[in-house]
Amino acid sequence: MQAYDLPDAFGHFGQFGGTFVAETLVEALDELRDMYDKVKDDPEFLNEFHHDLKHFVGRPSPIYFAERLTKQIGGAKIFLKREDLNHTGAHKVNNTVGQALLAKRMGKPRVIAETGAGQHGVATATIAARLGLECVVYMGSEDIKRQSPNVYRMKLLGAKVVPVESGSKTLKDALNEALRDWVTNVSDTFYIIGTVAGPHPYPMMVRDFNSVVGKECKTQMPDIAGCQPDAILACVGGGSNAMGIFYPYIDDKNVRLIGVEAAGEGVETGKHAAPLTSNSPIGVLHGNRTYLMQNDEGQIIDTHSVSAGLDYPGVGPEHAWLKDSGRAEYVAVTDDDALKAFHNLCLIEGIIPALETSHALAYAEKLAATMPKEKVILVNLSGRGDKDINTVAGIAGLTL
Amino acid sequence: MSKIQTTFLRLKSENKKALIPFVTSGDPHPNMTVKMLHTLVESGADMIELGIPFSDPMADGPVIQRASERAIANNVGIKKTIKLVKEFRKKDINTPIILMGYANPIEAIGIKNFVSLIKDAEVDGVITVDYPPEESKDFVKLLKKQDIDSIFLLSPTTDDNRIKLITEQATGFLYYVSLKGVTGSANIDINQVSERVSNISKYSDLPIAVGFGVKDAETAKQVALISDAVVIGSRIINEVENSNQEDLLENIRALMTEIKNAIS
Repeated sequence: MQAYDLPDAFGHFGQFGGTFVAETLVEALDELRDMYDKVKDDPEFLNEFHHDLKHFVGRPSPIYFAERLTKQIGGAKIFLKREDLNHTGAHKVNNTVGQALLAKRMGKPRVIAETGAGQHGVATATIAARLGLECVVYMGSEDIKRQSPNVYRMKLLGAKVVPVESGSKTLKDALNEALRDWVTNVSDTFYIIGTVAGPHPYPMMVRDFNSVVGKECKTQMPDIAGCQPDAILACVGGGSNAMGIFYPYIDDKNVRLIGVEAAGEGVETGKHAAPLTSNSPIGVLHGNRTYLMQNDEGQIIDTHSVSAGLDYPGVGPEHAWLKDSGRAEYVAVTDDDALKAFHNLCLIEGIIPALETSHALAYAEKLAATMPKEKVILVNLSGRGDKDINTVAGIAGLTL
Repeated sequence: MSKIQTTFLRLKSENKKALIPFVTSGDPHPNMTVKMLHTLVESGADMIELGIPFSDPMADGPVIQRASERAIANNVGIKKTIKLVKEFRKKDINTPIILMGYANPIEAIGIKNFVSLIKDAEVDGVITVDYPPEESKDFVKLLKKQDIDSIFLLSPTTDDNRIKLITEQATGFLYYVSLKGVTGSANIDINQVSERVSNISKYSDLPIAVGFGVKDAETAKQVALISDAVVIGSRIINEVENSNQEDLLENIRALMTEIKNAIS
């Protein structure tokens, strides 16, 4: 059996991925790809990366057996990979540490980022402060309203947060604006993309930096669970935490890989952010070809999700490939079900999960109930929910 | 030979430079677009770039972004844009029309379908901003078969190897993006542009148009001296944005006349 080796040299995962950018960005992407090719197996770079992951981020993150949740559901055992315990509170920091070290190597004094929920923005601002880099974060003005604690966090860390007023004023528009900044300031600026999207080499590079999550699981699971998991679950917006935990398991065909998208008010209502589950058409956005929520003339349509981090009309091209090849499954969970899972985990395990993560937790509850007790489910607990308490309180009719 | 090529040949024999204005289809309103196109021709346009509205125009600055948003609010997309060209063709069969847009709307209606629709509307060339030559071979082939020119962008950061790669696929003319940035950005450095344009011309006999930072008649004049064509976009959209409906055509005419005089 041939080992999984995608993407190809041009960043293609089958028909997905690639480099669909204006000519102005090609040189910067070539430079980035060459540098990444050079450092990805360079022991010195990897040492630096893992040193920061250990001492600055706090890795490895533990795997925790959610015993009371398992009992409550009464099916398969549920384990949680605790990415919420990382510095800055989510998996996002793994990638920003990697890319910021790359920026430093390339001698770029300025980093920019887009952010939806603010986790990637905070993670970028954090590592920029640590390395003494100037940091500008683009954030949709709608998301700024939804995630004000993270906006303030970024400012405390010395980043400039630029509100994006174009389009739907959410994550996709922040990405557009960051690309525009990059085109303009390409000589001194490194663009730290926060998810497994964008033009090649980003989907591959972001996956690689986040794959520390899955690699740790492979070592930890036999110790804590006595076996590798039967199924791995992760939420999917752009899909970086899911790729991070899926990737090291792709060749382990007996492990089910399940990505959980945001069904918003329900996939059937059209008000969702689930391009894979809703069988959206294939298109080109933000530098790659993938499944995209769009109308019949190719205009990107508005997405809906209670969680800003999943509010994205596309999905990383590798997920599109994993879906088509049948290697991974994709399902969607509504706002309501995600909120129920959110509250449940707070009460039964003493963990406040991110609303994004709560989508994966909701499906884990559903799936566990259908599986025998000796089976094992591993959920990537991709982030903590402190940033979401205003949103959750708002839904309950409270103002904090 | 395409209309774009014959137009450039004619201008060359007259020792003139091409003026290529850009407007977004459906902005400020679909019933103004054809009138605006005719006004542009009457006031000196040698060819016209017509923008296909897209929800996520990542290579465009705020002015053209807003034009796209207004057009989309008017329900104008790729199909209506092609229909508007067809309507324009009822009175003008000579002026080359170049559609400029992004890959997604084209792929959404299917590249084959797109090419046959624009052939029918007598479109002369296509610029797809986010289709670099590596990702657009099939598309370029389809266009070539129908004698529609594939126009590619070259940027200040495009190195000589890529210039070769791009000029192998490009037809009609080459579009040099005069600055690092989005459409309508800061002022251009004319000496730098001049140097780059003469470097590009070592690799290709195609005419070279310059755009992305031409903000006034004076800049247009300087650009015309060192290239074959001047593209002016955001400055015209400014007029669209800031004019009353009744003054719009006259304001565009005045601006075009000023620029035409400057480059003649």
